[in-house]
Amino acid sequence: MYPANFEYVVPSSLHEALTVLSESENAKVLSGGMSLIPLMKMRLVRPTTVVDISRLPGLDTITDEGDHIAIGALVKHAETGSNALIREYATALAQAAGVTADIQVRNQGTTCGSIAHADLAADQPAAVLALGAVMVADSVRGQRQIPAADFFVDTLTSALADDEILVGIDIPKGGRSAYAKLGRRGGDSDYPIAGAAVWIQGTDGSVADARIAVTGVSSKPYLASAAAEAVIGGNGSSDAIATAASHATDDVVVLEDLYGSVEYREHLAGVYVKRALEDVLA
Amino acid sequence: MEISISVNGTQTGGDVAPRTLLVHYLRDNLGLTGTHVGCDTGYCGACTVIVDGRTVKSCTMLAVQADGRSIETIEGVAVGDELHPVQEGFWECHGLQCGFCTPGMIMSSIALLDNNNDPSEAEVRHGIEGNLCRCTGYHNIVRSVQYAGAKMRGEDPQGASQGVSS
Ligand SMILES: Cc1cc2nc3c(=O)[nH]c(=O)nc-3n(C[C@H](O)[C@H](O)[C@H](O)COP(=O)(O)OP(=O)(O)OC[C@H]3O[C@@H](n4cnc5c(N)ncnc54)[C@H](O)[C@@H]3O)c2cc1C
Ligand code: FES
Ligand code: FES
Repeated sequence: MYPANFEYVVPSSLHEALTVLSESENAKVLSGGMSLIPLMKMRLVRPTTVVDISRLPGLDTITDEGDHIAIGALVKHAETGSNALIREYATALAQAAGVTADIQVRNQGTTCGSIAHADLAADQPAAVLALGAVMVADSVRGQRQIPAADFFVDTLTSALADDEILVGIDIPKGGRSAYAKLGRRGGDSDYPIAGAAVWIQGTDGSVADARIAVTGVSSKPYLASAAAEAVIGGNGSSDAIATAASHATDDVVVLEDLYGSVEYREHLAGVYVKRALEDVLA
Repeated sequence: MEISISVNGTQTGGDVAPRTLLVHYLRDNLGLTGTHVGCDTGYCGACTVIVDGRTVKSCTMLAVQADGRSIETIEGVAVGDELHPVQEGFWECHGLQCGFCTPGMIMSSIALLDNNNDPSEAEVRHGIEGNLCRCTGYHNIVRSVQYAGAKMRGEDPQGASQGVSS
């Protein structure tokens, strides 16, 4: 399988990349290529221009910015999964990156690429939703910040405009988080049939605040607010966890495919909300 | 586009269409047909090569993305007639049946052992999670990798590869 022909551009600066995007009719950003290249090979996507941002300088770092951790556009899944700052301050994202796809894909695919791609079953979007992260988008029109809660619009559709590059993700410090999933092949490898990320804030077992995000079961990764409300203000009791799990798919349309029926997915969403909560409250 | 790629220590290059996949560059332009195309969708790992020290699936990478980089393929792992310890392990422990997955399996195993030359059975299975084998059931592949690890540590490889539970 070959992609259709395209013009290949390797910009030497972010400004050049943004300019090419703003001037092209049908351009696509290429980062790790782990989602874009398969789509181009299947001719589901036929960009006339491919802007390879993977060699742009200065975008491959993870830095401690005091009140938040900043992840650059080119940080790969393997790095997100093993980086000490992410493991400490954004545990759910480290865990989600560590179980995204397989080793070869994690060596090549980027965290920001996974977020921008906005697959309905991607792992890391659930983590950034639960962590209350902020997406930093840049274009020739200027930079803007998009809260994770507003970023995932629909299947394979994010809030990014065609001329924007997701240049980084800021994750606020504070609280504790965890991610848990069931992959399509049974273990962790491969997209989740259902997965959940949870974030809680509180001391001595009490839960002052919480966010719970679910992926793989509906048309996009989403915040399960009724599930979070079930644990907020409590002490993380097993009853509260069970109630939260029972609200994992409130207000969403659960989809089915060859990996699972609606009933099975509703069940799994609850199971993984429960497991992620138990992990973070343990 | 004009590219230049080091493959198994030899500088290669030429003019390629941007849509040329790395695996086709290796197989068709360079004649290095040891790197296989299995699924062509990014899932099976038969096309695994090592780019700048890290395994990637060459069916899901453009040759132009590899411009200026350094690549190792299965053709580069033996030294003359002397097999790489991982190749020897696959030979000794019957780590292959049809052999289609083997080049990719060996590249992933080499990357695994470069990081950890004494992996447990679970670590070997995790290290080859991106490589599918339709024949062996993986059991003898795990033994092969542990054989290679022992050899690389300077221990008796026959002993190490017996330990894997069936
Ligand atoms: C075999 C296989 C298994 C996989 N399994 C999983 C899995 O288990 N879980 C999971 O979550 N994912 C999985 N994936 C997808 C993988 O995580 C991709 O790496 C990820 O979705 C895209 O990241 P990328 O850097 O490769 O982006 P690319 O493929 O380069 O780009 C993907 C899309 O995002 C856009 N884009 C990329 N970066 C940016 C940016 N910085 N700004 C704006 N737009 C951008 C591109 O234009 C394109 O539309 C799998 C992929 C493969 C091939
Ligand atoms: S041929 Fe590349 S992953 Fe299967
Ligand atoms: S030996 Fe036949 S696919 Fe692995």
